[in-house]
Amino acid sequence: MAIAASKNIIEIRNLHKYFGDVQALRGVNLTVERGKVVVIVGPSGSGKSTLLRCINHLEVETEGEVWVDGKRLSEKNKDINSIRAEIGMVFQLFNLFPHLSVLDNIVLAQRVVRGRKKDEAVQIAHEQLKRVGISEKADNFPGQLSGGQQQRVAIARALAMNPKIMLFDEPTSALDPEMIKEVLDVMLALAKDGMTMVCVTHEMGFARAAADEVIFMDHGLIVEKGSPDAVFNHPQEERTKLFLSQILSH
Amino acid sequence: MTHSTGIDPNLPQVQASAKPRPKTLQERIDEFPWWVGGIFVIAIGAFYLVTTQTSFGEALNFIRIGIGITITTTLYAYSIALVIGLVAGLGRISRNVVVRNLSTLYVELVRGIPILVLIFYIALVAVPDSLGVFKTLGAWLTSNGLGFIGQPLAAINNDSISLNVRAIIALSVTYGAFLAEIFRAGIQSIGKGQMEAARSLGMSYGQAMRYVILPQAIRNVLPALGNDFVAMVKDSSLVSVLAVRDITQVARLYAGRTFRFREAYTILAILYLGMTLILSLVVRVLERRLHGNSRK
Repeated sequence: MAIAASKNIIEIRNLHKYFGDVQALRGVNLTVERGKVVVIVGPSGSGKSTLLRCINHLEVETEGEVWVDGKRLSEKNKDINSIRAEIGMVFQLFNLFPHLSVLDNIVLAQRVVRGRKKDEAVQIAHEQLKRVGISEKADNFPGQLSGGQQQRVAIARALAMNPKIMLFDEPTSALDPEMIKEVLDVMLALAKDGMTMVCVTHEMGFARAAADEVIFMDHGLIVEKGSPDAVFNHPQEERTKLFLSQILSH
Repeated sequence: MTHSTGIDPNLPQVQASAKPRPKTLQERIDEFPWWVGGIFVIAIGAFYLVTTQTSFGEALNFIRIGIGITITTTLYAYSIALVIGLVAGLGRISRNVVVRNLSTLYVELVRGIPILVLIFYIALVAVPDSLGVFKTLGAWLTSNGLGFIGQPLAAINNDSISLNVRAIIALSVTYGAFLAEIFRAGIQSIGKGQMEAARSLGMSYGQAMRYVILPQAIRNVLPALGNDFVAMVKDSSLVSVLAVRDITQVARLYAGRTFRFREAYTILAILYLGMTLILSLVVRVLERRLHGNSRK
């Protein structure tokens, strides 16, 4: 099943995931084309983060298949590290390495995973810091940065690996309101540059501006998908309408 | 950073610029470290005893020859225990069923047996028995054409492993289990987001441990490791039961020979106290420097 050359960089087939007795995903099918931006929305507990985490095998599927760039993820797959290197992930709580400077946070994986020389890794780190607009913080430690700055460093850290896909797991949910924009601006620029992105987020503004496709999930299933306009302005499903009315009512 | 200004970081910023309120007499009395005064008195007393009383001076002169053995035994045993502890600590949280259970078994066995009994057992039962295994293994290797490994292995006999070395092995195995629990706790104190972030960048489990988790975990447990080092200095006195000539053994010899029990054991206690107090002080200073460097 060689789908390396296909335009779909992510293919998920009939994905089920159990946590003990709790079923988080109940048969999800999803394809993402190269260069597209997909935004996943849905109430908490709907399985959207679990779905995202299955794409780089931080969660292992109970049933079904996940294909990334023509390779199937499986527990026996020894190549999981090299597949993950192609998939950048940005977490809700940033997860920067607190014992390393901002620069070293970005350099570390380049060196031990990509095997880059120090000079090259440092140069790339500086380029990515410039891209996210915080070149001046290279020598600071994560604890000295604001939440928004930390999240931008986390994005730079992922980008320095030259990933083919970027996953965002509620990247702005832990931020103070005045810092959300700086992170969304970076994500928007990234989308414009043609990065394949899968984002779990409640930022409707970002979804409207950047998403090629919006997916609404509930109870472990994809309920509705379509363009931002179709899903947000003309939802077909009752559950989508209810969800949208709840988050837009204030 | 905080102690360079001398201002309590918990105080609101407004108060930082205000002059600190002078302490009342009662507060000074409450906060003064009187126990340091007690130590001071003991030190003066000890100095007085050994300089004015010939019997105490003689006891010190005799017993101090054991200090070298006590220190080297502790240093060797602790260094080996650090390695054993790190390996067993990682094993305790391994996903490999065999490794995890073997590590847990080791820790539980050691923790369930008194140190004194372990020292007897390892030095006088486990080491001689494993020599028998070496002998058999050496003979087998030799008969299979691997004489260059087999012959030296078979040549190790009961006399070639001194009691000092056995004492070090026994202490290392014992403390390895204690340190394993410290390392395990330290690793588990690091949020799982750190491992996920490292893995999501493509690092292997081992790389994530080495570059991300362990540097943070070890930093967190340094005070606990320091405390166990001080504890080991004291527990090294147990190796005297193997006739290893540490200060405890030398003090016992001296007491037995001269019947000066008061002199021998007073000097012995003071020597341990001196070593542990100095080490505790070093641990405290290191701890404080660590907090000073904290970049969190």
